Amino acid sequence: MKEVSKMIRTLVLLCIFCISFQGFALSEGGDEGAVDTKEEVDAYIQHHIKDAHDFHLFSYTGDNGERKHVGFPLPVILWSSNGLVTFMSSEFHHDDAGKVVVEKGGSKFVKLHSKIYELNAGATEVQFDEHHHAENAAKVLDFSITKSVFGILLIGLFMLWAFSSLAKQYAKKKVPTGFGRVLEPLVIYVRDEIAKPNIGEKKYRKFTGYLLTVFFFIWILNLLGLTPFGFNVTGQLAVTAALAIFTLVIYTFSGNKDYWMHMLWMPGVPVLIRPVLAIIELAGAFVIKPFSLLVRLFANISAGHIVVMSLIAIMFTLKKSLGVVGATGLSLVLSFFITLIEVLVAFLQAYIFTMLSALFIGMAVAEHDHDHEHDAKGHEVPDAEDVRGDFI
Amino acid sequence: MYNLIGAGLIVIGAGIGLGQIGGKAMEGIARQPEATGKIQTAMIIIAALLEGLAFGALFLGK
Repeated sequence: MKEVSKMIRTLVLLCIFCISFQGFALSEGGDEGAVDTKEEVDAYIQHHIKDAHDFHLFSYTGDNGERKHVGFPLPVILWSSNGLVTFMSSEFHHDDAGKVVVEKGGSKFVKLHSKIYELNAGATEVQFDEHHHAENAAKVLDFSITKSVFGILLIGLFMLWAFSSLAKQYAKKKVPTGFGRVLEPLVIYVRDEIAKPNIGEKKYRKFTGYLLTVFFFIWILNLLGLTPFGFNVTGQLAVTAALAIFTLVIYTFSGNKDYWMHMLWMPGVPVLIRPVLAIIELAGAFVIKPFSLLVRLFANISAGHIVVMSLIAIMFTLKKSLGVVGATGLSLVLSFFITLIEVLVAFLQAYIFTMLSALFIGMAVAEHDHDHEHDAKGHEVPDAEDVRGDFI
Repeated sequence: MYNLIGAGLIVIGAGIGLGQIGGKAMEGIARQPEATGKIQTAMIIIAALLEGLAFGALFLGK
């Protein structure tokens, strides 16, 4: 009981720490001074949700009225019309409106709304058409180590270290020590509660590696998104789409004869209905299943970030009507509890992604024991259990 | 304006759905406490499917 209360106290302190940091970042967020109005809050949140080329922790106005930004740059790697170009993102001086032109390797680059453009030959500054699109610049192939890429690499290395040290401990003695004791119950949980019941006793071992990787990857990155560094990795469509495609490839290529048979030429239903069912099944397997996986994770994490930041922004938007103390208190209470819920959501989304991946893989590798009744002509008589199983 | 009304309707629908899921799961657990684990797993999966739908619609309506 004492450990539990200690754990809760640590968690509460951590949440308050995170909120205060995020609030500080928000209060000084925009490029033109403090964030006050609804539009500025909206722009700030949109900026946070997107990927960025540098870490921007907070900024303040110096004594001489100059804006100072605190953060650290990340490498920019571009494939321009003149070949490979690399430089640090600090060359842009935190500009995001296309004002600062960086000349490297014979090409000129500007950063506009977190995307890097290459100016056409002869142009010295970016010009906009009436829709505020760049007129004389084109997007380049961007292989930069952005914030999300940095987060993925960081967590990849962390997982490599944590799990290889856990594996090494098993070689020496039976019980892991230190951080391994935190990981072991989770590993066993994923194996016994997610992999085994959904894939089956015989085949689960082959897929447990993937399920464990994807579970810990999503969970740790979700938790990283709650720290004040402004990561939003699992809230990027590209990241969740890549994860969903992994699952799609795995269950498509491990599908057995029964799986394809049931998808393309469903046994036990009238012949005329079979092509219709095949279309539905194909759409389900190749579009709906991966799409639901990627949209759920993306939408949950993005919505969580938007809600947390909107609740923090209450202290600025309601400052006039509630007073400074009232608005700050309301914002603190609301964002504290929503952050606690986000900790739960971080785990839940990792669990659901892993669970559904295991379910889809299990459906692809399931052995159908064909002990159906046969009528006088030798045709199969479908039983309700079999037909229902294919629709779940 | 209309997209906000649509978003509100979606949230109402999702709320009713989540209430149904939670309520029925509780009923199921009360009737068969030994099946708690299985019911909870199924409940979370259905709730996640519903939530994915609601979030997708909210994003389209925004």
